[in-house]
Amino acid sequence: MADTVTLPRSFQEIILRLQAYWGAQGCAVLQPYDMEVGAGTFHPATTLRALGSKPWAAAYVQPSRRPTDGRYGENPNRLQHYYQYQVLIKPSPPNLQELYLGSLRAIGIDMALHDIRFVEDDWESPTLGAWGLGWEVWCDGMEVSQFTYFQQVGGHDCRPVSGELTYGLERLAMYVLGIDHVMEMPFNDPASPIPLKYGDIFRQTEQEYSRWNFDQADTDMLLQHFVDAEAECERILSADATDKAGRRIVMAHPAYDQCIKASHLFNLLDARGVISVTERQAYIGRVRALAKKCADAFVTTEAGGAEPVGVAS
Amino acid sequence: MADLLIELFSEEIPARMQGKAAADLKRMVTDGLVEAGLTYASAGAFSTPRRLVLAVEGLSAESRPVRDERKGPRADAPAAALEGFLRSTGLTKDQLELRDDKKAQVYFAVIEKPGRKAAEIVAEVLEAAVRTFPWPKSMRWGTGNLRWVRPLQSIICLLSDDSGAAVVDLEIDGIRAGDTTEGHRFMAAGAGMGGRFAVSSFDDYRAKLWRARVMLDAEERAAHIWQGATNLAFAAGMEAVEDRGLLAEVAGLVEWPVPLMGRIGEEFLHLPPEVLQTSMKEHQKFFSVKNPKTGRIEGFITVANSETADQGATILKGNQKVLSARLSDARFFWENDLRVAKAGMGDWLAGLEAVTFHNKLGSQADRIARIAALAREIAPLVGASADVAEAAARVAKADLRSAMVGEFPELQGLMGMYYARAAGMDEAVALAARDHYSPLGPTDDVPVEPVSVAVALADKIDTLTGFWAIDEKPTGSKDPFALRRAALGVIRLVLVNGVRVSLSAVFAKGYAGADVAELVAFFHDRLKVFLKDQGIRHDVIDACLAMPGNDDLVLLVKRAQAVQAFLSSEDGTNLVQGFKRANNILAQAEARDGVEYSFGADPKFAESDAEKALFNALDVAEQAIAPAMRTEDFAAAMGAVAQLRAPIDAFFTAVQVNSDNPIVRRNRLNLLHRIRAVCAGVADLSRIDG
Repeated sequence: MADTVTLPRSFQEIILRLQAYWGAQGCAVLQPYDMEVGAGTFHPATTLRALGSKPWAAAYVQPSRRPTDGRYGENPNRLQHYYQYQVLIKPSPPNLQELYLGSLRAIGIDMALHDIRFVEDDWESPTLGAWGLGWEVWCDGMEVSQFTYFQQVGGHDCRPVSGELTYGLERLAMYVLGIDHVMEMPFNDPASPIPLKYGDIFRQTEQEYSRWNFDQADTDMLLQHFVDAEAECERILSADATDKAGRRIVMAHPAYDQCIKASHLFNLLDARGVISVTERQAYIGRVRALAKKCADAFVTTEAGGAEPVGVAS
Repeated sequence: MADLLIELFSEEIPARMQGKAAADLKRMVTDGLVEAGLTYASAGAFSTPRRLVLAVEGLSAESRPVRDERKGPRADAPAAALEGFLRSTGLTKDQLELRDDKKAQVYFAVIEKPGRKAAEIVAEVLEAAVRTFPWPKSMRWGTGNLRWVRPLQSIICLLSDDSGAAVVDLEIDGIRAGDTTEGHRFMAAGAGMGGRFAVSSFDDYRAKLWRARVMLDAEERAAHIWQGATNLAFAAGMEAVEDRGLLAEVAGLVEWPVPLMGRIGEEFLHLPPEVLQTSMKEHQKFFSVKNPKTGRIEGFITVANSETADQGATILKGNQKVLSARLSDARFFWENDLRVAKAGMGDWLAGLEAVTFHNKLGSQADRIARIAALAREIAPLVGASADVAEAAARVAKADLRSAMVGEFPELQGLMGMYYARAAGMDEAVALAARDHYSPLGPTDDVPVEPVSVAVALADKIDTLTGFWAIDEKPTGSKDPFALRRAALGVIRLVLVNGVRVSLSAVFAKGYAGADVAELVAFFHDRLKVFLKDQGIRHDVIDACLAMPGNDDLVLLVKRAQAVQAFLSSEDGTNLVQGFKRANNILAQAEARDGVEYSFGADPKFAESDAEKALFNALDVAEQAIAPAMRTEDFAAAMGAVAQLRAPIDAFFTAVQVNSDNPIVRRNRLNLLHRIRAVCAGVADLSRIDG
């Protein structure tokens, strides 16, 4: 087939092309979730919407934070803050692989020149109590995406099954644009009046956050915040489902926000090196317990596929 | 006669599962067809990343009719019995036959099942196979309930004979069997745009797949890859490093293999070859290419799934870039590790204190201290210096904390060797770091360097005595700490190196609290399995285990080999008969008389020549056996015992042991005792079968 797509010239052009492509495939193009998360999967548009029977199709960019990956902006491809592109479609369409390959064509990967492979990689998130089967997708030997059919989230079987695509945007873009160091990647069009490279925007923040993540974050405060988030999550979920006006309102999303917070706080504590090997499993178990309770709550709501509950008259 | 073609076309099947899946498909379908009464001439199974295929030739057009006869109750049995029989057969009373059976009339049910069409059976059998397929891991997709390894997209189920081909009527979870498939994901005409094509038979299928850029047979793909790889390497004056496991895996990642060769950047060539090989294999599935002139790994071969317009230039460039990033990581680990190693590995050794080996057996550091003490004890037994063995044991596991082993756990030990050398340690220490985990399997190489042997033995014996002490022994098929493998490792280390040691004594110096006798018994069981695999009879092993010093495995095996050789001679088998006869007579007499005839056979009471000759022969044998046993020359001892065969046979032919003369009788019984004693000095022949 003819692959006559022009090559993108910047990081943002790749994002815009993905947005346009998945929008054209019928996905709701959402915005990033406004909290610190470790991966696009944590966005409630994926974690919670993968649950229950209601059809769903969403695509979005998610800024993601992995404090332990900070390298003060010096490593060519490791960052503590980076971007993922996430697509979730429920039920997974039968041509999802073809749709995915179409997205690669859209950003300028010519199948007549490149070698695309689907290599076994089963996905599991111990903190979300979630797993699925799928592949890492290789382009010329490089992993450019994760492709997963969700089987369980928050301990619940996924019925129907969602198909999830996660693109590591910096790595993919560096490859497409032929850039060796992430900080050298053009963020906007290099021909712009004010051309900006990735490093112009993020080198300093990588340094600042690396220092804070590794050396300065107040661990006593983080530990307290973890405990607080955990308590608030459980309190919200154990509250009476009926509000003061007699409406049934289960607070699955506010509770899930606290779960995300606890997860990120755990990551920060981990980066500070204050969690021992034996404690690690216990912390992960605590976050998973929250995720499960949030999932339990979400499936009792309308968005979670439960029958709407009318106000008792 | 008809031919059957089945293709289960899916999204990419994990490479490691394809071979077994193809074999399972063949087994399940052919078993099912045969069970339903069909016969076939031959069957072949194939797999690619996207398809499992079965071709069956010479399938019968319909199953044989089956006649099933069942015997029911007697005619005069209570009505309830007959009702039960009718229920179980689904027949009515007038459909039953009454027959004479012995003394009574008995009801018989005769159920005739007519032959069934092959298509009907194939549909049932294939559906059952798909629904119960033994994938190691399976999944659902979309809104369906079917489980498959990845989404199943289409099914070919085609029966063909001289009159043409017909699709078998079959639908599984909304997927209707047909006669069409797809070719290569990117290279087939119309790929990705619903470019399906129809097939009419297996030959047609295979030929059309080839044209659509799919090599159906994994063996053929592997051969093609290896041929291409060796050619590319040869053309560059290099040689591809063989790796059958990797070859099989790569053959499962591509439908149309295209090998491409690249060079490793100069800045990485100083890394240990194993690091290059492991990094390239684990992360990138590359074959290594060696330069025979330098002996170094200098290149790689990657296998693409597509032929491209630029002859793979873009693909190779991309792979090269990824490899550089990976090897930069490896070089970073190597350089950091070398710094720690040259500083004496202190950081790693301290770090091992924080690593739990087992919550009841302490940290890795605790364990290393025990192994070091034990290695010191074992060293003189294997000809190693106690100081060097202890020093080796102290650093042998330090590399577990190195960054490189953290990244590539399979390099444990080997990195230890490089780092010990970098730290300027004794070469024997470096080799012990590399080899002390060995042997890991029954065919693995056994270390022979004395220091390595000492540390390897200490490592395994600490593990065994430790888990024995905390009562975590293997049971049935459960052996989570691989203790059987550790015991076999000790056995092979001891035998290959001829280590003369009493296991009981060494175990007593291992982890405190282990039941040494029980552990020795466990070793005897493992040894039996090991020797049986080497062709030594179980009764021979028993006969030798019954002898003193049976926890000295070298002695035990020497003895067993001599007994086995002895028994394979005619003298040997006959002697055992003679021995057993003597032993039986003696045992009976001892039981009857309540005494033990064990002393004082005197040639002066001998009445016949045969009896006298036996006395002489025993004297000769004893004189020959004693020195042979002192030098553990079991063959010579057995030879001497074998000389007794003729005199013993002659004795029993000529002489009645139970003479009327009580003195003569007692003397003869005492003589039999001498036979028993002489034989028992070599092995417990009473345990020999036959």
